[in-house]
Amino acid sequence: MRRLRYWIADNFVMMSAILVLLYLFLPVAYTFVFSFNNHGKSNIAWVPEGSPTLKHWLNPCGPPGLCQSLVNSLQIGALATLVATVLGSMIAFALVRHNFFGRGATNTLVFLPMATPEIVLGASLLTIFVQGYYRVGLELGFWTILIAHIMFCISFVVVNVKARLLSMDPKLEEAASDLYADPRTTFWKVTFPLALPGITAAALLSFSLSFDDFIITNFVSGDASTFPKFVYVSYLRGIPAEANVVGFSMFVIAVLLTVAGQLIQNRAAKGV
Amino acid sequence: MTALASATQHATGSHPAADQPDEARAVGARKITPYLLLIPGLAWLVLFFIVPMVQLAVVSLESKFPGYPGYYYLDLAVWNYRDALSEFWPHIIRSFVFAGVATILAFIIGYPLAYAMAFKAGKWRNVMMILVIAPFFTSFILRTIAWRQILADEGPVASTLNALHLLPGGHITETWVAVVAGLTYNFLPFMTLPIYSSLERIDPKIIEAGGDLYANGFTTFHKVTLPMSMPGVLAGTLMTFIPASGDYVNAELLGSDISTKMVGNAIESQFFRVPGGYPTAAALSFTLMAIILVMLFAYTRKFGTENLL
Repeated sequence: MRRLRYWIADNFVMMSAILVLLYLFLPVAYTFVFSFNNHGKSNIAWVPEGSPTLKHWLNPCGPPGLCQSLVNSLQIGALATLVATVLGSMIAFALVRHNFFGRGATNTLVFLPMATPEIVLGASLLTIFVQGYYRVGLELGFWTILIAHIMFCISFVVVNVKARLLSMDPKLEEAASDLYADPRTTFWKVTFPLALPGITAAALLSFSLSFDDFIITNFVSGDASTFPKFVYVSYLRGIPAEANVVGFSMFVIAVLLTVAGQLIQNRAAKGV
Repeated sequence: MTALASATQHATGSHPAADQPDEARAVGARKITPYLLLIPGLAWLVLFFIVPMVQLAVVSLESKFPGYPGYYYLDLAVWNYRDALSEFWPHIIRSFVFAGVATILAFIIGYPLAYAMAFKAGKWRNVMMILVIAPFFTSFILRTIAWRQILADEGPVASTLNALHLLPGGHITETWVAVVAGLTYNFLPFMTLPIYSSLERIDPKIIEAGGDLYANGFTTFHKVTLPMSMPGVLAGTLMTFIPASGDYVNAELLGSDISTKMVGNAIESQFFRVPGGYPTAAALSFTLMAIILVMLFAYTRKFGTENLL
């Protein structure tokens, strides 16, 4: 009887988790279905005549500006991830592995951007870009979006890498120095490889956050566009189904790439 | 230090002393290493977070230059705050109520998912984590538009409820229900992932021990698992509540013209659509920020900062 109750309790949790995942994917499924809609001006209502159609899938770059916005998003995501991961990991190493004056202030400075709503970050960046930084040649556009994305990604990287470093057993590094490894060798042969999963996770999160950011981007982008901004702006005028094609494809690509990465990692772990 | 904080340290397997390098300090040359590591990242945060916030504070105290649209002068116009609050206080209240309800809902929905990922998923753990983040790549704007279609009057949810006469107003979109539903959905990953990462660190043996001790799944959860996951719950509620309170996209895409607008909508329209609206927008931004910081302070006083910083 007790075992039966445990079985129900166990599977109840897993079943509710699967329901929650389905709930997370429901709008993604809608996006997919509406990518076949033979819509009129805007892809909001389903038009039975001529649907489903493959025409949006055959020419996803049809609507002007769509693919350029996607390219911008991918470039900004990649560059922001690279810079934020390096800068954030450096801060995390300093915080966990070193004792220095100003530690508390550093922690607070890293935490504050995460405690600030995006709209306040966006508004403050817009004011400084148009009222001060334009003097040094920073016009609103691609580079200001990139600067803003690096800023909010740094904090997420620090938190993730810090958590990983704190959960690592300090004995491993002590063992390395006991074996006469100098600090540099210890770092590159022991600390860094152990921290790498945390750094990779932080990089993935940065890319996702940057790719999906709209509010801050909308404030600092000027005439430049990113994929979320393209969708939002075109929603007001009539959204094309090609946006659904691109959005759904990016979702599939992201899942496939990360699952493939996971498989490679599993295989490598087995090989060792 | 609270019991909670010590629970975290137990869970993460770290101790304050473990953060402090003992031998590193002995080597004089390494004293500058932490600063070399910090300078680039912190410089970025100072230039693109602190300086802009100061500039926004200045703008919130400026007045319009008469006759020159887009120009302002600083006259310490503290009344900007009074004017902004007297016009937009309903927006501010709605923001916090909507964000609060969405946070509670996201906790109820997100906790079982995080729990299943940590304890039931086995080797599927990482795949489930990927699945939680993957919808970001469809863009949350597209997904919110999809919610508008799902919740629309002719959509599956509203039409079913209407057929059963269970929907008093007859609509879901254009009401606060849709806005809260959108906020709950969009920030769910930010609730789930921190809870997952604190659950994941718990040794399953401790929960087994709890099970032996209390012999009741619910008591074990209540007395062992939940307290040990509190750091994640705290981080998750903040990571949900803070962005939700400043959001304007859900209210814009799912809500109505007047009665469901949040403070984010007011800030956005003052910035982009109202000529000379910068000081009001800046004052509203700082009011939002101040309320959040006060709440955050109360929160950290109650639960300790070790869990957050």
